[in-house]
Amino acid sequence: MTALANPRLAVELDRSDEFNADACMNCGVCSAICPMGVDVQPRRLFRYVLLGMEDRIAAETETVYSCLLCKMCEENCPSGVHIAENVRTLRHHINRTVFGL
Amino acid sequence: MPLPTGDVIGILADNLRLRKSVLPIPARVATKWTEGLGLPRGGETVLYTGMMYQLIPYIEGLVKVEQRLGDSWLARWTGFGRKVNRIINVSAFMARPSAKERARYDQIPINVVHLLRQAGVEFGTLYEDDLYSGALAHDLGADEVLAEHARRVQAVFEKHGVKTVITIDPHTTNMLRSVYPTVLDGYGVTVRSYLEVLAEKGLAAQHLLSGEVALHDSCVFARYEGIVQEPRKLLAAAGVTIRDPENTGRQTLCCGGPVESLYPAKAAANAAKRVEQLRAAAPDGVTMCPMCYVNLSNAAGDTMRFKDISQYLREAYAS
Repeated sequence: MTALANPRLAVELDRSDEFNADACMNCGVCSAICPMGVDVQPRRLFRYVLLGMEDRIAAETETVYSCLLCKMCEENCPSGVHIAENVRTLRHHINRTVFGL
Repeated sequence: MPLPTGDVIGILADNLRLRKSVLPIPARVATKWTEGLGLPRGGETVLYTGMMYQLIPYIEGLVKVEQRLGDSWLARWTGFGRKVNRIINVSAFMARPSAKERARYDQIPINVVHLLRQAGVEFGTLYEDDLYSGALAHDLGADEVLAEHARRVQAVFEKHGVKTVITIDPHTTNMLRSVYPTVLDGYGVTVRSYLEVLAEKGLAAQHLLSGEVALHDSCVFARYEGIVQEPRKLLAAAGVTIRDPENTGRQTLCCGGPVESLYPAKAAANAAKRVEQLRAAAPDGVTMCPMCYVNLSNAAGDTMRFKDISQYLREAYAS
């Protein structure tokens, strides 16, 4: 499977000091603890950001908007990833690039 | 099937931009709770509802319509609906709760008024200038629309000389206290939840209550704003025995409400999981957020009773 990469994606999304997808060490606590179950995997979304896989993020629209922003994952994240704010940033990105809002 | 995500976000964002609320309701409805309370207009300290409790019966109605539309061929016309909604407030026709239903939610800010007065707090309110905070637009990533709206709210505070805002629900508290300072210049309003104000005042209960309740912490109060002990302190001093569910305090489990506008079925499934935990703790549940209240009540049906915390507190401290 091939994927188009936008090497500047992480930079484009880095709108504030809050966005820190690169702090994720892919340990999986967020995925294990998410009340929404296996559909929502913040670590996978953040990996797409770091790899510049914009089309994969666009394909995960329902996942991105299904997040409750409840911060259960953030509360238990050992790396201090701002998961809720990172997800909100992805929403802002999708709003502009996919929905044209 | 859910409605098209982009179109739903578009409608909500258009409403906030054009009509100052994601779901516009008439000012006379939003301010109905103030009737007969003799609250001063404006002042340095105001009670601010952010219209959250007043909006809930409308949101409930709209979600039901959304669910029906999602299952029909009309779902394909949501994009067209967004265009029409820019000219005519379509959402206002879609949700029309009864006066009785609205009165139920209006009771919460009324409870808070009596509690604050009992605690000796002097405050006014902003009546029709008490605007929605923009919480849903923020959650959905509609940042430009939110920033524009936050400037409106800031202008309202400046117009009325507001320095301290007392909030009721967690979402308005979080927006005004933690989000607005990140999007506004020169925003210096102090924001406190009424639960924090009351807990600090150390009110004595006039009527000791009894019984056990399962306390549902709001994610936003607990994890965003660190409000965990205040509701416990107030309920315990009121004589209520608190039974914590499996997930509690900073580890609370979400009611599902935040995804209700886009994915009502997912919200309901999450609420059902939470009700199970709460029911195992006690037959009566206490909430402190209108979204939690409505989601959990709907999921519980007749199997569990929920009340907003202000009802217990008013009964104990200000009746």
